[in-house]
Amino acid sequence: MSEIIPPFHWHLFLTEPWSAWYLDTTLRVIAMAFCVSASCGLVGVYLILRRLALVGDAISHSVLPGIVLAALVAHTLTGPAIIIGAIVAGFVTTVLIESIDHHSRVKTDAAIGIVFSALFALGVVMVTMFAGDLHIDADCVLFGNLAEVATQPGMPPALIQAGSVLLATILLIGFFFKDLLVSAFDPTLARSLGIRARWIHYGLMAWLSVTVVSAFEAVGSIIVVAMLIIPGATALLLTDRLWKALVLTVIHAAASTVIGYHVGLWLDSNLPAAMVVAGLGLFVIAWLFSPSQGLLPRAIGRQRLRDRLEREKVEARETTEKAESR
Amino acid sequence: MAGLLLLGMLMAFPTLAQAARIGEVSEGNVLDRAIRFFSFRDPTVRIAVAGCVLLGLCCGLLGTFIVVRQFALVGDMLAHAVLPGIALGYLWTLSKQPLHLFLGAVGAGIIGAIVVSLIRQTTRLKRDTALGIVLGGFYGFGILLITLIQKLPGDKSGLKSFLFGSAAALSETDLGLIAVVSLVSLLILGLLFPQFRIASFDPTFATSVGIPSQAMHYLLMLLLAWAVVSALQAVGVVLVSALLVIPAATAYLLTDRLHRMAGLSMLFGMIAGAAGAFLSALQTGLPTGPFVVLSASALFVGAFLFAPNHGVVPRWSRQRHQSRKIRRENTLKAIFHLLENEGSDVAEGKVSHQALVDQRRRSPLLVDGEIAALVRHGLAESPDEQGRVTLTEAGRARAMEIVRNHRLWELFLTNAANIAPDHVHDDAEKIEHILGEDIVRELERSLDQPTEDPHGRVIPLAMEESGGSGI
Repeated sequence: MSEIIPPFHWHLFLTEPWSAWYLDTTLRVIAMAFCVSASCGLVGVYLILRRLALVGDAISHSVLPGIVLAALVAHTLTGPAIIIGAIVAGFVTTVLIESIDHHSRVKTDAAIGIVFSALFALGVVMVTMFAGDLHIDADCVLFGNLAEVATQPGMPPALIQAGSVLLATILLIGFFFKDLLVSAFDPTLARSLGIRARWIHYGLMAWLSVTVVSAFEAVGSIIVVAMLIIPGATALLLTDRLWKALVLTVIHAAASTVIGYHVGLWLDSNLPAAMVVAGLGLFVIAWLFSPSQGLLPRAIGRQRLRDRLEREKVEARETTEKAESR
Repeated sequence: MAGLLLLGMLMAFPTLAQAARIGEVSEGNVLDRAIRFFSFRDPTVRIAVAGCVLLGLCCGLLGTFIVVRQFALVGDMLAHAVLPGIALGYLWTLSKQPLHLFLGAVGAGIIGAIVVSLIRQTTRLKRDTALGIVLGGFYGFGILLITLIQKLPGDKSGLKSFLFGSAAALSETDLGLIAVVSLVSLLILGLLFPQFRIASFDPTFATSVGIPSQAMHYLLMLLLAWAVVSALQAVGVVLVSALLVIPAATAYLLTDRLHRMAGLSMLFGMIAGAAGAFLSALQTGLPTGPFVVLSASALFVGAFLFAPNHGVVPRWSRQRHQSRKIRRENTLKAIFHLLENEGSDVAEGKVSHQALVDQRRRSPLLVDGEIAALVRHGLAESPDEQGRVTLTEAGRARAMEIVRNHRLWELFLTNAANIAPDHVHDDAEKIEHILGEDIVRELERSLDQPTEDPHGRVIPLAMEESGGSGI
């Protein structure tokens, strides 16, 4: 084990990343990872509330054929063409899942499984067939190229893109806060208030495609799923209010980014993966210690209740015995 | 994304690229390759095809139980959650011992399944969120471990090939593993089929009759983890869940019986496996997994469109047939009403075109079409020069039946269900087309052979009773 886990030094672990000659890299990487993680997390809160968590998983896979098609047409792997391709693929995924759901007895979960794997398989076949025309860096898709932002001079375009996606996500949520809230919890009320629930749904799916695409270049395709769901799930363990959950999601994203960054540097491992593990750790802490829903506070509460019942039973018995003896 | 990975991997590890695809073991054009494939001369092809077919069988069987339990994406979760187990299995001996990798993977899969259950039982988070947390979180942990392992000396390329492997890279050991897993799954599910059936559809009832449904759940998870791990080698992480879900969902569209569904699902799994292996052998450098999935998806699309009971096309044509029948019967009824009222527009048992247009409240063109449809079905005679219509014997009989159904139902609703007479028409308007002979007799009996409906109109007698002169 000692071969893979390097010795631990507080200095190396905590202070060095923030020392003057390393600060620039640290800030860039953390900013990039935070932007990606926070925008995924914010969208993820709504996915969890609408029980669409696995649609996030599905879309993060099924954007592949859209990206490949867009890349074949536009001869590039960045920019608006790819985003449009991803949105179209995300839309197709949503529509296919819904039509299988509506027009057959196959349930939603199976429909999700069928659609995303079929589209993904199609994407893989397209990639292998047109491999010569595409210049896709495989490691980037698996592990992400998070560290790349550190090496680019000036303001890296990936960081600008991730930052604008985060900003746009916050603005969209602010603007449509009520519509998203009502349509997530009470579709009937939403209709009666004149909110177009279907448009909100498709808009959310389109925005999910955008966040997924801009995120997976940085952190890898499957890590995206973790970043979509874990922050929101942690936040929803801690609060019942939607706006608090959104704030907590951003805090979770920031905390897991910073902690994961340090752990990743110490272990010299893949940074996004370390951030996900840190986020998972925070989730477990919330699961155990959340004041309202945590395992421990609830167990303590149950124990207290049991003690009280026991005490009261004893008191009641004593009272009756006293009454009888009198 | 696994495809991009595969691509990168083949560039990065040329050794892996040598026989990583079925299509690479033979040369020549498509026809030559097809012939070569079916001759089964190459041991690689033999093993790959046997592996794919066996996997299709095994995953089809297990998939049946997760699809009917609406737990379909558990396969996807397991496929990702086994990753840290594979990495730990490697760290155990620091070599690619298949047994250790296998044990580690199955262990991680089971822990993942337990964590999903725990999250669901102890928090308010729903199943899909729980699956997503375990899927993403465990995968992240696995990637962390694998990047750590990358720094170690030694042969590690196999770890990645374990993840994104292809059927042609299957060894005889792997095939043996798949065969054992398939056999064990078949045996266990075959022996415990009744118990699994009850536990799948009604866990509460299962517990009440003494079936340990919790234990059955984890047994199924264990079998699934085995199947997923042995399938990773052939089709890769992302596409394993497809092998579990698609054949079972296809079978679900075709039958209502669980044992038939399991049989069909295994059959579709095997067909998809064989077809995928064949298709990927047609050209150099084609991966097997995606073709297996695409073949399975093609079968699903076929069933989705054309399944006799649940298919979109048969259902659509049934609906069309039914709505046409209803339209014909409504026209018949309109003619009958006109004849019954014997207004100025009725002469010699014939109804004028204009009267029918007024009665149906449709455009003359549509009414023309409706009359033509009646004539085609032998229910009305062709209109005369003035465009007047009369019913044939059969048409009159059917019209009387419909009106009779309508009025009987109205009477039934007023008498038996105590609904006000002015509220019963709309309901009767719908049900008149679907009341069968038996129910009509039943109604007559319970209403004591009535002759008038609640609005005071005569209920026409059935043809044979009235001696064929109803109108």
